[in-house]
Amino acid sequence: MTTTNLPPPGDLPEIAVDPAAFRHLADAQVNVELDTGDMVLNIGPQHPATHGTLRLVVRLDGERVVSADPIIGYMHRGYEKLTEFRTYPQITTLINRIDWLSSFANEVPFIEAAEHLMAIEAPPRAQYLRTILTELSRIATFLLFLGEMGLQVGAITPAFYGFRDREYVLNLIEAVTGGRFHPNFNRIGGIKDDLPWGWISECRGVMNKTLASCDEFDDLVVGNPIFQKRTRSIGIIPRELGAAYGVSGSNLRASGVDWDLRRDGPKYLVYDELDWQVWTHPDGDSFSRYWVRLQETRESARMVLQMLDQMPSGPLMAKVPRIIKVPEGEVFVNTENPLGEMGYYVISKGATGPFRTKIRSASFSNVSILPWLLRGVYVPDIVTILASLYFILGDIDR
Amino acid sequence: MKREIKGMLTGLGVTFRTMMKPAVTVQYPHEREDPAPRARGVIALKEENCTVCMLCARSCPDWCIYIEGHKEQRPPRREGGRPRSVSLLDRFDIDYALCMYCGICVEVCPFDALFWSPEFEYSETRIAELLHDKHKLGEWMSTVPEPEPLERGAEVKGKK
Amino acid sequence: MTAIEIGWGTTLAIKTVIVLGIVPLTALILGYVFLLKMMSHMQSRLGPMDPGGFHGWYQLIGDGIKFLQKEDIMPGEADRRVFALAPAIVVLSTFLVFVVIPAGPRVSVASLDSAPFAKGAFDGVGVFYALAVSSLSVIGVLMAGWASSNKYALLGALRAAAQLIAYELPLVLAVVGVVIQTGTMSLQGIVSFQQHGSLFGWSGVGFPLILTQFVGFALFMVAAQAELTQPPFDMPVAESELVAGYMVEYTGFRFLFFFIGEFGTAFAFAALAATLFLGGWSVPWVHGTAADFLGPVVLFAKVMFVAFLMFWARFTYPRFREDQLQAIAWKWLIPVALANILLTGVLKVAF
Repeated sequence: MTTTNLPPPGDLPEIAVDPAAFRHLADAQVNVELDTGDMVLNIGPQHPATHGTLRLVVRLDGERVVSADPIIGYMHRGYEKLTEFRTYPQITTLINRIDWLSSFANEVPFIEAAEHLMAIEAPPRAQYLRTILTELSRIATFLLFLGEMGLQVGAITPAFYGFRDREYVLNLIEAVTGGRFHPNFNRIGGIKDDLPWGWISECRGVMNKTLASCDEFDDLVVGNPIFQKRTRSIGIIPRELGAAYGVSGSNLRASGVDWDLRRDGPKYLVYDELDWQVWTHPDGDSFSRYWVRLQETRESARMVLQMLDQMPSGPLMAKVPRIIKVPEGEVFVNTENPLGEMGYYVISKGATGPFRTKIRSASFSNVSILPWLLRGVYVPDIVTILASLYFILGDIDR
Repeated sequence: MKREIKGMLTGLGVTFRTMMKPAVTVQYPHEREDPAPRARGVIALKEENCTVCMLCARSCPDWCIYIEGHKEQRPPRREGGRPRSVSLLDRFDIDYALCMYCGICVEVCPFDALFWSPEFEYSETRIAELLHDKHKLGEWMSTVPEPEPLERGAEVKGKK
Repeated sequence: MTAIEIGWGTTLAIKTVIVLGIVPLTALILGYVFLLKMMSHMQSRLGPMDPGGFHGWYQLIGDGIKFLQKEDIMPGEADRRVFALAPAIVVLSTFLVFVVIPAGPRVSVASLDSAPFAKGAFDGVGVFYALAVSSLSVIGVLMAGWASSNKYALLGALRAAAQLIAYELPLVLAVVGVVIQTGTMSLQGIVSFQQHGSLFGWSGVGFPLILTQFVGFALFMVAAQAELTQPPFDMPVAESELVAGYMVEYTGFRFLFFFIGEFGTAFAFAALAATLFLGGWSVPWVHGTAADFLGPVVLFAKVMFVAFLMFWARFTYPRFREDQLQAIAWKWLIPVALANILLTGVLKVAF
């Protein structure tokens, strides 16, 4: 056994929060007198709990985590640099691959940024289609999360239910866009194609199925006392601290912050025309993150049903030149992606591609809280917390 | 305590009910599920429409299309006219190991020479064999579906 | 009654072959019926369908053959002898449990009874022996985890050791109620008690002890689940945390040993539960030689039912955390088991 004495972890910011959140840290101090050597455990880069290639260097005292350092970059693909050498239509297909579970939602902020610079607006029917597909990809992502979280805390079956129900949604996306994972369906100024015949009624059926399967997750996972024991008061993110670390999306809403870019951000897509609700949970623990995502899945399904009813007819594309050249300027557009806030800062110098792009991806900021969050928890809780934060490695490393 | 026992039992109920229902999976080699007509399975080439303009090769984000061509002189259409020069395709290869299935080449083609087909059974045991030439791409033309009707409210327009 | 005289050595050889054959066979049956088929259907899929023609029945046998062909990989820094010995010890404990389980009035490899056929005079130690040897596997698990020189394996082995020791106690205490009520520690004696008992004067189904010892049965099932390291108590192998726990460095036939050990022990515990609480091989109106032939079938059916309950929970529940598991063992199961023993004792004296 290798026992190494690493230097102590660097000072983490002191932020005034409820002391109850630190209960697990107080426990960690008890073993100091016994002074057993710490064990350094490498979790990842290839480990079933890390959703890809995240590496966590964890110092363990018995089963208790003394410090944890996430090491990222095993999947760096250089998208920010690549965007400087590609044209706008080509970039759309590249940024599909940032967060591969909700690719369509990735395209939207970039396309919106380019449209802002060109001062064009997509026609209403295209906006509706974009919103529907964004919400569908949100449902697909969250269904996978709902199952996978069960898998990470030890139940095999929910994972299969998650994959099964996501498959219906992916079929819908495939029927419209042609791609299950990477739609590449947005165009600057609109959307590529219209819905195929019969799609709307099919979509209604799938949404009802999704609502039913959410009830199933309620019975199988949320109501299970073992699941609650494993997740309640594990990995509490205090609201101020979460906001300070830049945690966003459902993770922050689960900490009680009533903040959703779909409602609170600058207007994008057609969310202001819909009747919907932002879900929050006061606790901020792993369970509340699961619960909030479950409610948001239902809310998204209801939103899709609404949009199917009130979809306008009309053209799909605004007038755009055949070779797209974006005028000089800079713009930052951020949207509410399934994983959190996703934004593109685009600088254009008037060429066919951007001069520089900065991608603000949600998972990167969400994972940055891990060293703070993982101090003092047990090894199984590492997995629970990693699963409940729900990051995609492509979204961290870009 | 009562709620906990109920929670344990409802979980068991969900799995038991699922066990009694038929499975949703498809036993692939024996039965197959047809993908949607729009599914981006493979790119088919209609060789006689291609003018070797290279637009697809240039717009491909990962440069997986290889085109070579040459020009030939053809006799003039009218008596006394100038002889026409026609571009002929020598090589049109797509490396499906590199292709990202984005569809930009299909969209950018000005003469409708490239089409999407939902065909998906073309896996190979060696990665180099995924480089398909124009004859193979031409064979896939037979699997390209007719354009399907659109949903209510769509603006009907002819293909450009 | 038996006309054929068989020598002591031949009997031992036959019995050894039977036990050696039956453990992998039961592991295969449980693995196929529950792991491959029931789990698949619970997850709305079909599982393997092609190998062997009928619903993939050949799949696990093929897997076993594949395991035998695999290269035997041993980590460079492993403690070679201990590493090689560990799976054998795990499987050994499974074999030893199988030895005492009776499948008919005379169908058992070793009854450990001093007077096996005299009615009403059973004074064997079958229960005691079965529970004792079943906890041998923890030594093998600890050896495997330590010898692998892998941190995940070590964590898994330590968890397994803590867990198996903590759950040995409720397991034994749950059985004590049965022993008090029947007044014997012989497995044949317990079965005989259930066969000859009557339900309010009606002897149609005998008297399965689950009717009075339902608390004991529930405790036994929970504790057995923990002994088998199955969800919701599968922390030692927790595949999402410790990858595969103490098994992480094992490949090929050594891994096959662990697999046989896991499912063989599951069968053994299900058989114990069936014997102790559900009447074992007994069918009240069948006696003598007919019971010898019908007994194994009845026992198998009951075992499959108990195993169904075990695996149903396994495929539905998430897993506890190690400290929560200890809390459940010491704060809930053991007090409840003790109360059960007390109550059984009082009632036994009262009636």
